[in-house]
Amino acid sequence: MDIAQTGLFLAGLIAATLRVATPLIYGTIGEVYTERAGVLNLGIEGIMFLGAFVGFAVAFHAEEAGFAAYLWIGLLGAIIAGLVMGLLMAFFSVTLGANQHVSGLGITLLCTSLSLFGFRMVFGERAVLPSIDPFTQISIFKNIPYLGQVLNQYLLTYLAFLVVVPLSWWLLFRTTFGLQILAVGENPEAVDAAGLNVSRIRYSVLGLGGALMAVGGAFLSLGQLGAFSPGIIAGRGWVCIALVIFARWHPLRAALGALLFGGVFALQLRLQTMGFDLPFELFLALPYLVTILALALAGRQIAYPGAYLKPYKRE
Amino acid sequence: MRIQIDRLPAPLWQRLLIPVVSIFLTFVITAGFVTAVDANPFEATYYFLLDPFSSRVKGIEILVKATPLLLTGASVAFAFAGGYWNIGAEGQLYMGAVAATAVGLQMHDASPWIAIPLIVLGGIAAGMGWAVIPALMKVRLKIDEVVTTLLLNSVAIFIVSALLNGPWRDPVSQWPQSPEIAAAAIFPRLIPRARLHLGFLIAIGVIILFWFVMKRTAFGVKMRAVGINREAARFSGIHVDRVMFTVALVSGGIAGLAGAGEVAGIHFHLIDAISPGYGYTGILIATLGSLNAIGIGLAAVFIGLIDTGAQTVSRVLGVPVFLGDVIQASLLLVTLGMLLLQNYRIMLKRKG
Amino acid sequence: MTANPSTGPAVEMRGITKRFGSVLANSGIDFKLDRQEIHALLGENGAGKTTLMRILFGLYQADEGEIFVRGESATIRSPKEAIARGIGMVSQHFALVPTLTVTENIILGTTSGLPLRMEQAHERVANAAKQFNMAVDPAARVQDLSVGQRQRVEILKALYRQAKVLILDEPTAVLIPQEVDLLFESLRKLRDNGLSVIFISHKLHEVMSITDHVTVLRGGAVAGAVQTSSTNPKELARMMVGHAAARARKSEATASPGQAALVIDRVNAEDNKGLPALKDISLTVKAGEILGLAGVSGNGQTELAEVLSGIRQVSSGRVTVNDRDVTNADPQALMAAGVGRIPEDSRANVIGQMSVAQNIVIEHIDDYSRNGLLDRKGITQHAREIISEYQIKTGLEDHIRTLSGGNLQKVVLARVLSGSPRVLIIAQPTRGLDVAATEYVRGKLLEQREEGAAILLISEDLDEILQLSDRIAVIYEGQIMDVVDAEKAEIDRLGLLMAGVVHE
Repeated sequence: MDIAQTGLFLAGLIAATLRVATPLIYGTIGEVYTERAGVLNLGIEGIMFLGAFVGFAVAFHAEEAGFAAYLWIGLLGAIIAGLVMGLLMAFFSVTLGANQHVSGLGITLLCTSLSLFGFRMVFGERAVLPSIDPFTQISIFKNIPYLGQVLNQYLLTYLAFLVVVPLSWWLLFRTTFGLQILAVGENPEAVDAAGLNVSRIRYSVLGLGGALMAVGGAFLSLGQLGAFSPGIIAGRGWVCIALVIFARWHPLRAALGALLFGGVFALQLRLQTMGFDLPFELFLALPYLVTILALALAGRQIAYPGAYLKPYKRE
Repeated sequence: MRIQIDRLPAPLWQRLLIPVVSIFLTFVITAGFVTAVDANPFEATYYFLLDPFSSRVKGIEILVKATPLLLTGASVAFAFAGGYWNIGAEGQLYMGAVAATAVGLQMHDASPWIAIPLIVLGGIAAGMGWAVIPALMKVRLKIDEVVTTLLLNSVAIFIVSALLNGPWRDPVSQWPQSPEIAAAAIFPRLIPRARLHLGFLIAIGVIILFWFVMKRTAFGVKMRAVGINREAARFSGIHVDRVMFTVALVSGGIAGLAGAGEVAGIHFHLIDAISPGYGYTGILIATLGSLNAIGIGLAAVFIGLIDTGAQTVSRVLGVPVFLGDVIQASLLLVTLGMLLLQNYRIMLKRKG
Repeated sequence: MTANPSTGPAVEMRGITKRFGSVLANSGIDFKLDRQEIHALLGENGAGKTTLMRILFGLYQADEGEIFVRGESATIRSPKEAIARGIGMVSQHFALVPTLTVTENIILGTTSGLPLRMEQAHERVANAAKQFNMAVDPAARVQDLSVGQRQRVEILKALYRQAKVLILDEPTAVLIPQEVDLLFESLRKLRDNGLSVIFISHKLHEVMSITDHVTVLRGGAVAGAVQTSSTNPKELARMMVGHAAARARKSEATASPGQAALVIDRVNAEDNKGLPALKDISLTVKAGEILGLAGVSGNGQTELAEVLSGIRQVSSGRVTVNDRDVTNADPQALMAAGVGRIPEDSRANVIGQMSVAQNIVIEHIDDYSRNGLLDRKGITQHAREIISEYQIKTGLEDHIRTLSGGNLQKVVLARVLSGSPRVLIIAQPTRGLDVAATEYVRGKLLEQREEGAAILLISEDLDEILQLSDRIAVIYEGQIMDVVDAEKAEIDRLGLLMAGVVHE
């Protein structure tokens, strides 16, 4: 490969990395919020799936009804769906104080089955998968060599890196609401004694987290694919769970983790298309294995939020 | 009359009522989805709950569907009862299926008396092997097992996929599925012209063993103690880590056995979709069955019934087959909510 | 009510009744707190003091009764409403977030709007600290502060919210005497500047020294309300206990201690955070004596009890029981060596959702099974014997968590004593028990001493230590300050030792 080719390869790789990382950013940041507030939301895999489905189904019908902003209407639909499921998770984990692992998995099963049921209900069994015209990539930089290729991204990708990540850092560590989130995740008694409503804080955070997760899913159906398929999420929610720990509940490190995963994923795709005969599944398994390894190495030093997994009840 | 609610353990009748009420509520809630596709919810309920008993074939099919669920349910319940949150039954099942396939492919010259025990042991060993990593991390490094077991599920599925796209790809059809295992390793059918296989008896045996260990052995007392209050168990001289490690491995082994059963009893070769989420359904069954042997048995058969019914409902009423999954997921959540009533004694009292 | 809001008392509670299930925690309690006074709420553990105050702070709702704040009828449904009415509470377990700074803890819940201006907040907190004369570093993380400092943060937090009424729940339990003095000094100043303080306590001398009024609770009801200057400790004690308590006393037969049974030799151990908790501890307990270990809570007692119970490792040193090395032995090995253990918190150390019978045998479950199979007849029989011998009010199959504190402690005691231990490690054996159960437990301990057991009694209740011990050791910051004969022990000197003052 000469220099130009290498440059193109690298630019393409970086561009793909950013694309692959985008849904993970939304999901991981969403989960960072909920875990910082003391709730492990294993509903993430399902909520992303539901986001992908609702986003697509709403956009499809809005397009048919002639709305120009059908994609944004779809995204709004996904946000609402994610919010509702986040609040349902809050109902189980906060109001009922039920086991968070089981509630979360229950939410995932519910969202997955509802999406599949809904898809069949709305679209029936078709020979050809229904599709929409997806979001287009921002191409104002396309004439810049190499960099243009890198910057040729979806608006949602720009939002993820330039807004969601820094804003989340600011919200968590520099605002009143952030202070309440951190406090409720460490010691809800203190929050209660301070005259704040523990449940309300956790409900808001779970709702916000659910909405972000759903956007992550909708990015795939409204942006990258322009369609919905049963394999659309394929474990990305679980990757986010891994990334949250890898990031030790910090939004900036979460972005870094998502980029690392995106890079590995993009690289294996490229190597595959270039004809290398690799067991690409092993690349896909890498983020999981790296997280497990990181856990094993960091071991006890990992400081989980103090009230992680603990429902709060007075007395 | 007024209702009095006390914070005391609920009496037995009330606890027995919880799953019944949960099932009823679930059907009420999900009726909305049935009407959404212009079907009659009462008809749907009939096809879900009663029609499967209307013919011998369907009746037996319930038990076929229940077979892997009995095992994953027992696997999850055993772990949960011992305070080990094994979310990894799905992955352990996959690894059990891999080992069973590996054994089954080598058994062309063996007698069934050798092949079948070997395939069973292979499944158990592989499930255990897959459970070892998070279990060791738990007892040695105190690392939360929920995340590790969950992540290893995905890894196991990737391994299966790598095998099916690589060394085990069917040489004839080029499909991503393994060649068929040796006839000697295939589980015998229990009833002619039906899919019910030896695995069902094994599963029933596991459930009985589950009951026996929990209720009649010192280990059962120890593991329940660890499950209820780890610190108190440690104070009482129970080797918590040892108990938890054993529980994790046994749980993995049972899940692996489920995988072996699917290969040797149903599919006869390894496929990508060897489990449509049996490991996760195991969590539903363990919860619905209150971690108790009889409860798990009934719950697994009930979910087998829903799975069987879903296909009829889909065929007859045109309701998407996924309604069965919606019902199961709703049932898990409803039960989870209802189980909190276990801690309350509800009584009707006359005023005065 | 027509009371004039400008002249009404700071707080008045009338006819407060609160039930928890079938337990009557407060029964028709009347309580009046004047302005600018320090008012003691005195009573034994379980008398209903904390419940009453949690009602005032909005953490519980009363079933019956009314509350007036500065003459106005008040419904207080949450801490938020209590704070809005100028009521602040400092619980025994501090409501602080350890990972956050002092400032963040103090401003939690007081800021509105989204952005936090941390610089300004630091300044406001520093100003408040100056105004109320409470030295704390606003930028310090709470997890790095001492217990006394944390308490100051808690008080400052309430004052920062403009509290006019401050509830302190057993504030001295975690403090050494010097810190207590400092606290009292601050409280007096705050009172003189207009604050009203409710001081929950069961320590008579503290109540006598700091308060203006005393309300005594007993069994959930008011046993008396008096002016401090017109009463004396004896009268208060009588109101608290209700009857001249026939307390268990050491038998007249003086101890005839035998061989050294438990020898702790230069033991070092770390706490859960990896910090040194025990520093070169050496103690010897002889057969037939009770060695009391006194100290302010949190000075290594818990860790020592855990080391001797087989659930905490030592980093160096040696422990022997009747010449058998049991250093870092697990609970099974300790029990085999003849050690019986009563944990600090019994309720946390039984298997709540298991039957009483199984809890009785759980420490020896392998002895009650053959080839791994439970000997169910043996278990039932043994449990039945114990229940009747110790007069425990329970069924065999009841979940042990449904038992009252006294019955639960009896089960734990019976479980240990039925093994005829030669050495007993007993931590806080009567904490939270009523008078009758306390007497019962203490009587049993003295009985064991008669029979020649070597008993290490770890207690934060100095009266209990004085009453039962033959010798008294004092622990401070993980070190043994001194060991004295109980006969010759002077309370003042013990207090100094507990405060870490070495020289005479």
